[in-house]
Amino acid sequence: MKLTEPLLLNFARALGLGCAAAVLWLPIAHLVLPPESALHVSTFWLTLIGKFMCFAILALAMDLIWGFGGILSLGQGLFFALGGYAFGMYLMREIGLDGVYKSPLPDFMVFLDWKAYPWYWAGTDSFGFALALTVLVPGLVAFVFGWLAFRSRIKGVYFSIITQALTFAAMLAFFRNDMGFGGNNGFTDFKRILGYSITSGGMRVVLYCLTAAALVGFYLLCRKLIASRFGQVLTAVRDGESRLMFLGYRTLHFKLFAWTLAAVMSGIAGALYVPQVGIINPSEMSPAQSIEVAIWTAVGGRATLIGPIIGAFAVNGAKSWFTVAFPQLWLFFLGAIFIGVTLFLPRGIAGVWQKLIQRARAQS
Amino acid sequence: MTKRPCCRLWARYLLIGILAWIGLFAPTVSWAQPDLRPTLRELAGEDPDKRVEAVFALSLSGHPATADILDALAEDALFINADASQAFITLRGSSRDVLANQAVASVPTGVGAVMVNNALRAAIDLAKALVSLAAPDAATRIKAARALQTAEEAALLPAIEKALAQEKDAAVAESLRMAKAALTLQFGTGPSRVAAAEMLAASDESAIRQKLSDLARKNPDGSYTEPDAELRLAAERSLKTISLRLHKFEIIANLFSGLSLGSILLLAALGLAITYGLMGVINMAHGEFLMIGAYVAYLTQSAFRAWFPAAFDWYVLAAIPAAFMVTALLGVILERSVLRFLYGRPLETLLTTWGVSLVLMQTCRSIFGAQNVEVENPAWLSGGVLLAGDIIIPWNRIIILGFSMAVLLMVALLINKTRAGLYIRGVTQNRAMAACTGVATDRVDMLTFGFGSGIAGLAGVALSQIGNVGPDLGQQYIVDSFMVVVLGGVGQLAGTVIAALGLGAVSKILEPMSGAVLAKIMVLVFIILFIQKRPQGLFALKGRSAEA
Repeated sequence: MKLTEPLLLNFARALGLGCAAAVLWLPIAHLVLPPESALHVSTFWLTLIGKFMCFAILALAMDLIWGFGGILSLGQGLFFALGGYAFGMYLMREIGLDGVYKSPLPDFMVFLDWKAYPWYWAGTDSFGFALALTVLVPGLVAFVFGWLAFRSRIKGVYFSIITQALTFAAMLAFFRNDMGFGGNNGFTDFKRILGYSITSGGMRVVLYCLTAAALVGFYLLCRKLIASRFGQVLTAVRDGESRLMFLGYRTLHFKLFAWTLAAVMSGIAGALYVPQVGIINPSEMSPAQSIEVAIWTAVGGRATLIGPIIGAFAVNGAKSWFTVAFPQLWLFFLGAIFIGVTLFLPRGIAGVWQKLIQRARAQS
Repeated sequence: MTKRPCCRLWARYLLIGILAWIGLFAPTVSWAQPDLRPTLRELAGEDPDKRVEAVFALSLSGHPATADILDALAEDALFINADASQAFITLRGSSRDVLANQAVASVPTGVGAVMVNNALRAAIDLAKALVSLAAPDAATRIKAARALQTAEEAALLPAIEKALAQEKDAAVAESLRMAKAALTLQFGTGPSRVAAAEMLAASDESAIRQKLSDLARKNPDGSYTEPDAELRLAAERSLKTISLRLHKFEIIANLFSGLSLGSILLLAALGLAITYGLMGVINMAHGEFLMIGAYVAYLTQSAFRAWFPAAFDWYVLAAIPAAFMVTALLGVILERSVLRFLYGRPLETLLTTWGVSLVLMQTCRSIFGAQNVEVENPAWLSGGVLLAGDIIIPWNRIIILGFSMAVLLMVALLINKTRAGLYIRGVTQNRAMAACTGVATDRVDMLTFGFGSGIAGLAGVALSQIGNVGPDLGQQYIVDSFMVVVLGGVGQLAGTVIAALGLGAVSKILEPMSGAVLAKIMVLVFIILFIQKRPQGLFALKGRSAEA
């Protein structure tokens, strides 16, 4: 059979529709169908896909700054974790007196013999304030760091290494018990959100739907941004920053905006991730985690918006399967992806697709 | 040591004092040999206190076999029959009847080994030290005297006094006086304790510091545990003198550990700086080259153990060239097979080398297992120089400091004085121009990358001598060595050297104040702030090539 352009496009449309239908069907099947039904979706699958969607938001953020802005961040996990910790503080407060020690303080504080919440926990019992924190904390950290870094024109590999150092330093800090964030174990054993049990089917479906909505929302936002004048300038920063500066653009502002927005997106992804997975600890900030985000984006295809979403699903799906089926082989495989994609598929899966379309066009 | 009723204690003091007195005269009196049988009977008995007494009595008996009996006892190889009429020891593979002083083929059946518990073992160590006080060699005697300084056994006092009276060597005598003062401080009365507390100001032993500070301690209600105010004040004065004296040495030791950390960072980062200068990309797999170097040291060690056990002490010297070759070869393979296709795409190279590092780490886990492997220091790399008290500067760190300076010198000479170095500098500074003047940049790339990786292998051998060797070894050093390169800038060895030594020193200065983790965080934040001022590092290349 000859591959023609309409055939390929129809195939893509069908695949897209199929995926969208599957994503929508999952929560319905979880809630409505009885557990005995063959089509019933277990909590495991709902949580897994919810988790992947959080990763997809993270990959989208990475794409915005790396794919379009040319800034490779090796510390995106930091903002993800900061958002997660910010919302985690609220979840810890919601445990109330149901902890192991029956104290209004979280168990780890009782364990440290603390008598009251430290000052930076103030107000975290309010849902609204916690939501604001999930946006403000990663946003502010990214803004300050980005301003310092871009102002002194740190870029390229230098910038990447510094972001890695930043997330490494934060990880070491959060590992300390005296930080007041649970040290090694982080936050876990959440009980409820806004008074509703966090393990109930309804709550899981709500979280899942919110994540899906956030993913679609951010995708549309990025599409709008990229198509706008801002997106054009951002791409120009990637391709020829010096030239753009000679033309009179303050590239600092464009980079800083994209960088901060990406951090906020990552933070929100983290905040959605924590209640679904039920734990947040400093290992989310490890340099290895952050660098993996880059490979999701690269596998899917940089500088396309659908690519990173596909990449996040593909790599994490492979990870879930490998770590169960062949745990020893996973790191070999991941390493091979890092090497293979950069060498042979510089534009990722999306690039392969574009090549197919072009070939079909040339043939017709 | 458990608390016993006072009278028991004094009874024991008296008993052993008498025995010591007898021991003092034993050699001069023409008795044949002291009869060990009653002592051995006690030793084989049930009463734990009597058994401890017996050990000390044994050490003071003056019997020629005492040292052997104690050694055997410590190794559970002393056999005594039911009525203690016969005793056998099995030492160094042969058995002997100690009372009859003749060799036997084997210990007769039915004669049981003397059981040794922890309390008895501690007593045996002290008893051995007592016996060693009569050794002809002054170094052995001083070691024994130092061991006795930490003793908490009133019964030892007369024996120490006796040894002190006979001691000719000034240093040993001083050590013995400290041991005597420490015991007097604990078991003496009134003014003798005050004098002892004052005397102990000259001691560096941490156990003695502990004893002194116990005297100056307060109860929870604010009263002092020690009722004698004069004694307490004397103890406080002595403590102050000691801490003033030790403080100097602590500063020296701290400075050295900063220098040592700096030299280790330098070794780890030197190869990285070279490859970074060349490619413009940090090799994320550099840490794994360190790890491979350390595993080569492990393999060399195993090879020496299997085939040349006589030369085991020198396996490290053989590991150095082996590690260099292996990692250099791997570096060349990596450059030829992957990296050369990625020149001009620095961010992608970064990700690729990370992938290589994952593969190398997992390969290592598959071959050697996820656990750390054991790499033993050869004799000349273990131990250290004792400054004072318990402040030691370890030999392996001193030698690694020297080793890193040697490697640095080698690299500096190669880069600055040879034709190959000229090519490396040329390609690093301006690749296109170097190519135009006829430098085979391809070959230079390959060899330079191999060279940088080889230095990582050398660093790995050094690291194997001071830390754990496991698949994650590289990850421990990688962020630090990145920071050295970022801070030092590209293309200048001086920058790397200053950055490494500076980071090492700053970390060690901050550590006592804030703890190791916080110090590390502060250093990282400092670097982030520092490159605000100098985005290209301490020593940046100037000119047109710098912006490329």
